[in-house]
Amino acid sequence: MVAAALPFLAFLQEHNDELPAGDGGALAEFAWLIPVVPMVMAFVILFFGKFSPWKGWGMATLALGFVAVYGTVLAAVNLQDGIVTQSAIDVGQIGIFTIEWGVVVDGLSIMMFFLVGIVGFLIFVYANGYMRGDPRYTWFFASFTLFAGAMLVLVSAPNFIQLIVGWELVGLASYLLIGHYWEDMANVDAANKAFMTNKVADAALFLGAIIMSASAGSFNFAEIFERMIGGETDLATLGFWAGLLIFIGAMGKSAQFPFHVWLPDAMAGPTPVSALMHAATMVTAGVYLIARLFPFYQLPEFAGSLNTIIVIIGAITLFFMGLLAIVQDDLKRVLAYSTVSQLGYMVAAMGVGAYSAGLFHLFTHAFFKGLLFLGAGSIIHAVHSNYMSDMGGLRRYLPVTFWTFLVGTAALVGLFPFAGFWSKDEIIASATFNATENAEAAAWFMVVLSIAGAFITAFYMARAVSLTFFGTYRGTAHPHESPSIMTIPMILLAVGAAFTGLLNVPGFTQIFTDSVTTRAFPIMEHHFDAPDYLLIAIITPVVLVGLGIGWWLYGSHRELVYTTIGETDLATPEREVTVERPTYHVPVLTPILVNKYYIDDLYMNALVRPTMGPIADATVWVDDHVIDGVPNLAALGAKQMAEATVFVDNNAVDGVYHASAGLIGATGRFLRQLFPGNVHQYVALSFAGVVAIVALFIIF
Amino acid sequence: MQELFDSGWGLSLIVFIPVVGMVVIAFIPRSFEAGLKWTALVTSGIALVLTGIMVALFDFSAADEFQFGADLSWIDVINANYHIGVDGISLWLVVLAALITFLVVIYSWDHWPEPHNPKLLLALTMILATGMTGTFVALDLILFFVFFEIVLLPMYFMIGIWGDTEPRKVPIVNWEIEMRLYASIKFFLFTLAGSAFMLLGFLALYFRSGDAGERTFDIVELSALGTTGVFAGTFAFWVFAALFAGFAVKVPMWPLHTWLPDAHTAAPTVGSVILAAVLLKLGTYGFVRIALPILPDEAQNWAWFIGLLAVIGIIYGSLACLAQTDVKRLIAFSSVGHMGFVMLGIATLTTVGINAAIIGMVAHGLITGLLFFLAGSMSHRYHTRDMRLLGGQMRVLPQMGVLLGFAAMASLGLPALAGFWGEFMSLLGSFEPLESLNESVFRTFMVIGAIGTILTAGYMLWMLRSVNFGDAPAKWLGADLEDVDTFEWLAWAPLVIAIIAIGIYPNLVLGATDDAVVNLVTSAFGG
Repeated sequence: MVAAALPFLAFLQEHNDELPAGDGGALAEFAWLIPVVPMVMAFVILFFGKFSPWKGWGMATLALGFVAVYGTVLAAVNLQDGIVTQSAIDVGQIGIFTIEWGVVVDGLSIMMFFLVGIVGFLIFVYANGYMRGDPRYTWFFASFTLFAGAMLVLVSAPNFIQLIVGWELVGLASYLLIGHYWEDMANVDAANKAFMTNKVADAALFLGAIIMSASAGSFNFAEIFERMIGGETDLATLGFWAGLLIFIGAMGKSAQFPFHVWLPDAMAGPTPVSALMHAATMVTAGVYLIARLFPFYQLPEFAGSLNTIIVIIGAITLFFMGLLAIVQDDLKRVLAYSTVSQLGYMVAAMGVGAYSAGLFHLFTHAFFKGLLFLGAGSIIHAVHSNYMSDMGGLRRYLPVTFWTFLVGTAALVGLFPFAGFWSKDEIIASATFNATENAEAAAWFMVVLSIAGAFITAFYMARAVSLTFFGTYRGTAHPHESPSIMTIPMILLAVGAAFTGLLNVPGFTQIFTDSVTTRAFPIMEHHFDAPDYLLIAIITPVVLVGLGIGWWLYGSHRELVYTTIGETDLATPEREVTVERPTYHVPVLTPILVNKYYIDDLYMNALVRPTMGPIADATVWVDDHVIDGVPNLAALGAKQMAEATVFVDNNAVDGVYHASAGLIGATGRFLRQLFPGNVHQYVALSFAGVVAIVALFIIF
Repeated sequence: MQELFDSGWGLSLIVFIPVVGMVVIAFIPRSFEAGLKWTALVTSGIALVLTGIMVALFDFSAADEFQFGADLSWIDVINANYHIGVDGISLWLVVLAALITFLVVIYSWDHWPEPHNPKLLLALTMILATGMTGTFVALDLILFFVFFEIVLLPMYFMIGIWGDTEPRKVPIVNWEIEMRLYASIKFFLFTLAGSAFMLLGFLALYFRSGDAGERTFDIVELSALGTTGVFAGTFAFWVFAALFAGFAVKVPMWPLHTWLPDAHTAAPTVGSVILAAVLLKLGTYGFVRIALPILPDEAQNWAWFIGLLAVIGIIYGSLACLAQTDVKRLIAFSSVGHMGFVMLGIATLTTVGINAAIIGMVAHGLITGLLFFLAGSMSHRYHTRDMRLLGGQMRVLPQMGVLLGFAAMASLGLPALAGFWGEFMSLLGSFEPLESLNESVFRTFMVIGAIGTILTAGYMLWMLRSVNFGDAPAKWLGADLEDVDTFEWLAWAPLVIAIIAIGIYPNLVLGATDDAVVNLVTSAFGG
């Protein structure tokens, strides 16, 4: 929408040659090690992890540490000189298309290397404590390393093929990790749900990638953009569909409405998995994809309608999925819906052309959401339950967890000066700018929902903190603070959650923006000269009121209220189960929220069950009765004719028939002999003999 | 070695060494099992090593030409010659056939189906090997036909003798027949009927080729005639229809596929493996090698129809998979869907699509071969293939479970494994089919095919859920079953490695096929 107002193509053509960036030298040349080291390590752990000192944890952490260090160095150099380069090796040629594995090193990918490395490393360290005693400890770290490695393959991809490879491997790793406790079918179902929901979106991504690559005659992003700018593609007509399909792919991984259903269920995996999945890998992939293709999404030919769709989807997600967090009892699900909601902010930001702001929120979110999940893990570790109704008063037992969780909460709800304050504010400011400058209805829609979303976020986090840390302890286990291998990563992430917002403060510093806009193609976006004080004056009170109401309704001065709601049991839909949730009963609204707007029910009853039941059964019925009916009936007819012939043969007095019928009878007898299947060896051997003779005949 | 291959002997050896093995086996007494096994192993091993040398000597820069060929006079009266050779299209298919044969022999080492008769089983396997490799190198229609038919009988015996003895209820006609009888006869009759038409088509081509000089069965010469317009009009239509009948049954294309689930399910493990891994490719190879280049104009008329049947097969096969309870039958039906992608690629008549088809054929051979090996070994241990009774394999047989998971992921087209390329690239090809074809029709096919990938993931995950996960039933936990044994590892590891290798480095296959396919498309369709 910003782009629609700007002469983007002309600008690109003008500035294409004057990019202020180096090639990073040897440092960038060896950046391929970033995806390769963890990928290789995953297999090393799989085969040799059991025999290593820490049963695979050490190797996994080493790999992530390597990425963290490499990513940090790259980020520093990028900040200094700028790096824009890519390299690739050729692994196949198919018609005009070249298949390549490579690595693109620019501001965007460096930011992701850094993020996956740093946050991932801390989560890996933490997992040592959390996963201790797990029967599949080594297997876990192999899959976990694969998860991080696949994400790095994805973000380093210079072309669609590698992107899809990383994309699907991320999906595979998440499938393995969500279903880590596969003894319980509920977890396997959650893993399948994640894989399948993503697969639906991936099919769209496949098609979008195909349209874009085929139109440009290349899989390579840079080449596609170049040919697009040069007007050598027919993307003018097909671009809308390509962009829409690719966005649908992004919606799957980034859990945008209506593809969000898998993410809350994915909480079935061990908590470090949730932390990594929500912080750095997997869900950020969709936002990353739009950012990677940002020049394309800004093309004036179709940017308007496409970006309107993106904004609306993002806005719906950020508000309505946030609402669902209010009625949850499972602490991890509160955080999961919160992630979906925050991803809505990021996606919507891309839609209003706020490239840096969206990525900045992705960046800060990784720190504070990773932190919140580690906190949740620490609590679950202590009380042996995911449910807040089994918690309460934990601030006395888990002081470190409590204080770091508070920092995470402050960052998430956007309190000054914590990280989320800055990143969320930038997004809303960009939306407001769009709304006022371009009078875009969709941007106004987003602005309103974003502010409402900020209120909801404050409200459910106040509720979660109250139910978890305040009041009296309601559980049965004896809670205790987690070991330092778990708390130290939490403290370090808390530092990030507190201060990373200061990397981008309009008017003061824009380290982050400068870093991620170091791209081969100039990023067009509006830059603010100062923080939007008016917006801050609106949002901060909204957040404080949200926090206040949350505390007022759920704080320690009140008895915990429970509401019993009917919910369809998705495993056996005939059965309605009742669930008890620590929430107030608001007629109509609460049942709708507890049942997740009935979207899961809809998918189950309208898509999954009919396909696996009646439709599949009907296919097999048709196969057996119709398609196979033809040859079977023909066979029956032949058999009856043969029998009739034999009958005539046996009963015919007339000698004329004798000879011919006898011949047919003999054939029939021979066939009957063949049919019982008692085939003698000599038949085979005599046949083989013939073959041998023929062979000799051929050769000489 | 160079001389051996240049003289044409190398290729002939690859084809006929198994026959030598079979003859030796014939003279070894049934009781001397070690001798039988070693003979089979050594002969199929030599064949495999020779294919390895063939690949090493193959001139990849001239992959569009037939190499290591021989062209000897064979049946003078009808001008049928012993003309063989490999190019980039057939190179890896020959290797695939030799590899699968070798692995089947290794696997058979101590996995014999009942009734116990290693001698016959190995002898039949050797004949199959000759038929399979022979079909892929034949450059004469009669020679092609002979090899194409040679595989029929051994497979018929394999299914009929060692097949499933459960009763099979046949609806409509209300028969109840032993599964192996029903399946083997069905397999035989379907294929035979198809080949009868195919032979008619070959003969028609032979006689019509007389219009432009001497009558010939030579595939290379006929392909050259193909673009001159000698075969045109109604004649071409009926000939293509006849070839289509022969090849489509073999692939199999919907709705001629119904022999496949029965034959694959009933066949003993090694039979299913050979059937799925190699025999199905004889049909698709026939399209690429014979139907397309010889009748290029007619191929363009038929393309939409082939594409339509292909995408119906993709959706239909996947849906049928979702309704299966028998692991082996599920895998069998999955072939209908996967071969649909191969045929869709061929139907686009483009370099991208046909390359996709060939890499898809190789990948399907490796992946489905592995899946059938696994299904066989699993039912050998559990004595059931009913997914409703299985579960918790990750606890009972963890290695088997991991391999099954790997094969299932490969089969659903996970990128960076071999199966991805064929699937993705055939969709890419459908986006831009040959210019003379209807773009919108093929783009619709592309969308339907993409939906097929979702369904494929659905049934594979469903199978993994039922077989691998959940709590293991007590009777398996207590049964102390042996996990993947040495011979199984030896037979399966090459498949696993090849699936990963092609996935990461598709050039292994594409490096050979691309030039050959470009040449084929350019000369046949000018595009």
